[in-house]
Order: sequence, then structure tokens, then C-alpha cells
Amino acid sequence: MTLEQENNTGWKFFLSELKPKGKLLTPFNIISVPIVLLGIVLIVIRFWKGIGAITNLTQEVPWGLWIGFDVVTGVAFAGGAYVVTFLVYILHMKKYYPIMRATVLNGFLAYVFYAGALLLDLGRPWNVINPIIGNNFGVSSVLFLVAWHFLLYMIAQLIEFSPAIAEWLGAKRIHKILSGMTIAAVIFGITLSTLHQSGLGALYLMAKEKIHPLWYSEFLPIMFFVSSIFAGLSMVIFEGSISHRVFFQQISEKNHRAQNTIIMGLAKICAGAMFAYFFLQILVFIHDKNWNFLDTPMGYWFMMEMIGFILLPMMLFYVSYRKGNITLIRIASILTMLGIILNRLNVTVIGFKWDAPIHYIPSWMEIVVTLTVIFTEIWIFRWVIRRMPVLSDAPSWAKNEH
Amino acid sequence: MSITRRGFFKAVCATGAVLALGRELQASPSAGKGGIEYRGMLYDSTLCKGCHGCEFDCAEANGLPYPELGQDLPPIRTTSETQRTVVNTYSTSKGEVFVKVQCMHCNEPACVAACLTQAMFKSKAGPVIWREDKCMGCRYCMVSCPFNIPKFEYHSPNPKIIKCDLCYNRLKTGEIPACAANCPNEALFYGTRRQLIKEARRRIVENPTKYVDYLYGEDEAGGTCWLYLSPVKFEEIGMKTTIQKSSYPALTKGFLYSVPTIFVLFPALLLGMHQATKNDHQTKEE
Ligand code: SF4
Ligand code: SF4
Repeated sequence: MTLEQENNTGWKFFLSELKPKGKLLTPFNIISVPIVLLGIVLIVIRFWKGIGAITNLTQEVPWGLWIGFDVVTGVAFAGGAYVVTFLVYILHMKKYYPIMRATVLNGFLAYVFYAGALLLDLGRPWNVINPIIGNNFGVSSVLFLVAWHFLLYMIAQLIEFSPAIAEWLGAKRIHKILSGMTIAAVIFGITLSTLHQSGLGALYLMAKEKIHPLWYSEFLPIMFFVSSIFAGLSMVIFEGSISHRVFFQQISEKNHRAQNTIIMGLAKICAGAMFAYFFLQILVFIHDKNWNFLDTPMGYWFMMEMIGFILLPMMLFYVSYRKGNITLIRIASILTMLGIILNRLNVTVIGFKWDAPIHYIPSWMEIVVTLTVIFTEIWIFRWVIRRMPVLSDAPSWAKNEH
Repeated sequence: MSITRRGFFKAVCATGAVLALGRELQASPSAGKGGIEYRGMLYDSTLCKGCHGCEFDCAEANGLPYPELGQDLPPIRTTSETQRTVVNTYSTSKGEVFVKVQCMHCNEPACVAACLTQAMFKSKAGPVIWREDKCMGCRYCMVSCPFNIPKFEYHSPNPKIIKCDLCYNRLKTGEIPACAANCPNEALFYGTRRQLIKEARRRIVENPTKYVDYLYGEDEAGGTCWLYLSPVKFEEIGMKTTIQKSSYPALTKGFLYSVPTIFVLFPALLLGMHQATKNDHQTKEE
């Protein structure tokens, strides 16, 4: 084959792979396509007329749904990637290997899209390169740290995932090089994750009087970090149970059977992390002497979060782990995820300027754009899973190297 | 593994060092890095007659539209994307008191610590300025400012952050800020922060019945370049009294200082664990 021919087949391979592989008229597509199209129109309006044209943000509440949900909550949910790579590569718990790639892929895409949603929220996005090229480095800024870490972590995750891409393309030599880089990327990635998961909490440290005292504390960074462990794992459990249904034919018999023990293991870790988190919350509550806030509407809201969405799912995780009840674990993971959404929104939106006369409520357009971001991420996730060995086993030539 | 342990450590340490560089936050009560004394403004609310003249002077000096002051002017307004300063009216136990609102030009500004591009910038002489070519419009400065000062043009595709810069351009040519230059009642007094504090103290001591014995801005948020005198308690004239009396950037110091440490410790720890458990598994398999 001449070089030209080779290039030609390369292109053909690419083009043929671009086409969707599954059924087109699935319920998910029927819902997501119009929303994404609408979202794109809204995004165009946003860049044309300014952020205020489609959001309800005010001078009092400059960060709304796009930061509070897309970025802060989305990144917490993406925390599963660093926990699972920690289990697989650092602690050598081979049991979790089957879910590793899907989790890393999910994490990577979450960062690309949810951190990417940050761009929509930037008033002057063309200057986004400034803190990267050094015009100027605002090193005393937590956001500077978080932004850099997002960037570096995306690269680390891409490296972690890259062997799957090489397997898809059948590039054996590159595969070997990329696999060799995995462990360094994993170590780097976990370190970065620890820092930026807590960094997202640290972002709000200077907003001391603006956040309701039940949610503000100097321990926000630690809280955000600890909760990202079970937030991420709940997402893994949830996403795993959906993937196992949707992409049934991709998954080998062996991995299907392994799925339950994996979920049980994750449930155990979740229960432990949630216990630590709950304990921390109580310590902070007592330390900050917040008793007098309890008997207020915000206090009830706080207790609902603590009891209904931390304590309850924690006990469910524990019980279902003891009983081996997978359905209960799934319920617990959904409750936990709701709890995380609640917590992050309480810090960033609901409890932010809670005492202001006018409250920020996201516009329907902000919600559509958020859904657009989520749906596009799922589309790409699906596209990759149908092509690369993520859930399915790696080709035999790649396995021998391990 | 294609990377040696030593090489890896080296890389990690280098990263840690890079991230640690220049992390100190500015901390200085009355003077900046160059040892130049901060300049600021003393606002004496007992002298202000509420003529709103400074609002017009400010608009003129900064190319903003003139404020619309109709009959139905609400007594209390906030600064906005078209107004860097406003004068509010409070009815208090000692009658009507007027209060000018604008950026306080904190000694250790939260907005500057928040800004990841140094678009918000504490200049040597004290004014906190905003630099258009650097700002990416993230609005983290707005989230962080304890006085809610920076405002954002939500309805522009090329939005700016709007806030008082103490007429930085006028200062450069040797003039004093427009509001102080034109105030007919001498309610605004421009000078070095040290002078201002001395002058304020003098007024309080000489007229103990006229003023409350408190200088707002001396300690608020770690000290600000704008200082306020009032005839009544500051709560009565809508000044934020919940503001902490120490630096806001210091709130994130602990977190930021831990970053280099974690960057050095964690990889070492993780690599150690990786090696330890690896041997563990191998021995088990043997
Ligand atoms: S008052 Fe707000 S905007 Fe002005 S210097 Fe202080 S923190 Fe910055
Ligand atoms: S909006 Fe601009 S000035 Fe404010 S923190 Fe962001 S980059 Fe800095």
C-alpha cells in the first residue's frame, strides 16, 4: 500500500466511525436532540447579546446554575475517576479493573464538558488563555489553581484513557508507550484531584458573610473533598447500572458477573466515606456553634440534607452491603447523588445571599443550556463506548502487555 | 514502568516549586510593596449635603451616562454597571444622613486575591484598578468582594467590570479624584491613609458630640483606603458592620499554602503505596 492509499483508508475509517452506530429513534434521542438544538440557539444568543440575555444572574449573585451545578456539582460527580484509579493502580485491587475505563472516560468527558461550561459563563472568554500564558498569573487566586488543575487533570485523564484509543485504532507501538505512562498519570491525577476537589470549596472561602452559616465554614475545602469520594462513586454505581443495560452486548459474561461484587465493594467505600463526612459535618456544626440557626426554615432545610440525603443513604449503603441487595445500593446511590446536588447548590446558589430581598432563580434558558451540556456529554460517551474497548474487553494483542 | 522513580520525584518537586512561587499575599496596613504610602479618601458624612454632585463628576470623569435623579429617586441605591458611585439618604436618630458608596480600595482586597489574571490590581499608591486586557469576565471578584462593589455588564457581548478606580488616570497626571476635586462641601478629603486617619481622629476628638467614636474603614476587611466618619452608629447608615476586621485573602491562605506540600507529599506517598501493594500481590501470587 502506498502512503497515499494508507491515508485514504485512514480517512475512510474515520468517516465511517463518525456515523452513529445504534438505533436513531431511541427515546433518549427523541428527547435530547430538540433540547440540544434549542440549547445551541441559546448559546448563540448568549454570545451575541451578553450573559444577561439568557440568564437570571444579578449583580448580587454573579455565579448561578452554570457554576453551581455544571462546574461545582459536575466535577464532584466526576470524582469517581480518581477514586477508582486509586483502587486499581495504587492499591492494585484488580477487582475494579472492569469499570476503570468507563469511569475514566466518564470523568474525562465530565471535565471537558462541565469545566467547558465555565467558558459559557465567562464574560470575556477570549481572555481565558491569559492565566495560562501568563498575562498575568494570579497565583493568590484559588480559581487560578482550580483552572490550572482542570487543564492538567484533563491531560492526565486523557493519558490514562489513551490505551483504549490506541486499541481502537490498532496502533500497537503507541499503545505500549501510552500504557507505560499510565501510572505516572494516575499519581499526578490523584494529587490534582485532591487539590481541585477541595479547591472548589476553597473558592467560596472569601464569600464569608454571603453564604448561610450552616453551610459556610473554614472547612469547606475538606468537606468538598471528602464528599467528592462518595459523590463520584455513587455516580459510578448509577452510570454502571445504566451502561450495563444499554450496552449489554458489549460486556463479556465474566464482567457481567463481576459487576455485582464491584458494586458491593463501592457501596462499602461509600458508606465509610459518608460516615466520615457526616462526622465532620457534626464537628463543624458544634465548632461553629450553629444551634440557633436550627429552628429556622434554613435550619430545617439543612437537617433535611443531613438526615435525608447523608445519614439515610449512608445507612442504606451499609445495610444493602450487608444483605447483598443490589437494588437497594442503586437507590442509595441515587439518594446520595441528590444529596450532593442539594449540598453544592446550597453552598453556591440557595444559601448564597440567602438573606437578600430578591433571590436568584435560574431561568429556563439556563436549565436548557445545562441539559445541552449534559446530553452532548452523554452522546459522546455513547459514541466512544460503541467504538473503543471501554466496557468490552481489550483486543488480545493489548492484553498480553499487562 | 517507563519513568524512573527519581525522575518522577524531580518532576514533581519542580511542579510543586513552580506552584509555590510568589504565593505570598500582600499584607501591609498602610503602605504597599514599594513602601509608598497608600492614598485614600476620608468621607465625612456630617459635611455631605446630599447634592449628588459627585455622581455627575464621576460619570463625566469616567465616560459614563449621567445618573437620572428624578423625583421618585429611591433613597437607597447600589452602584451599578453605569454608576461607580451613588449617594444614599438615611433617616437616622440625628436626622437625615447622606452616605456615599463606592469601592473601598481595601488594603488587602479580596477582589485582587480572587482574580486569576491580575486584572484586578492593587496599584502601588493604593487604588484598586481593573485592567480590561487581562480580565476574562469570570466574576470571581464579585463573588469575593465583601462590599459587593464590582459590577458586571450582563447585557454586553464585550462586558466590562465596573467599579471605582479612584480616578487612576487623573492620579497619574497629578490630579486628585474627580469627586473630591469638585465636592462643594469638602465632605471628601484626599490624602495618604496616615494623614486621613490623623485628620479623622482630630475631628472626632474635637467634636465628640458630632461624631460617633469610630472610624469605619480603619480595620474593616483588614483596613481600607476609604474611611468614613458618621454622626450615628454605622448600622444606622447602612454600612456593613458584619464585615470581619481582618484580611479576606487570609481566609484562603491556609488552603493555598497547603498546595505545594500536597504536591510534594502525595505523589511520594502514592508511589510508595503503589510499590508496597504491588509486592504484596506478587508474594501472594507466588
Ligand atoms: S471594596 Fe471590593 S472591589 Fe473594592 S477593593 Fe475592596 S474587595 Fe475590591
Ligand atoms: S471578572 Fe475579571 S477582574 Fe474579576 S476576577 Fe474575573 S478576571 Fe479578575
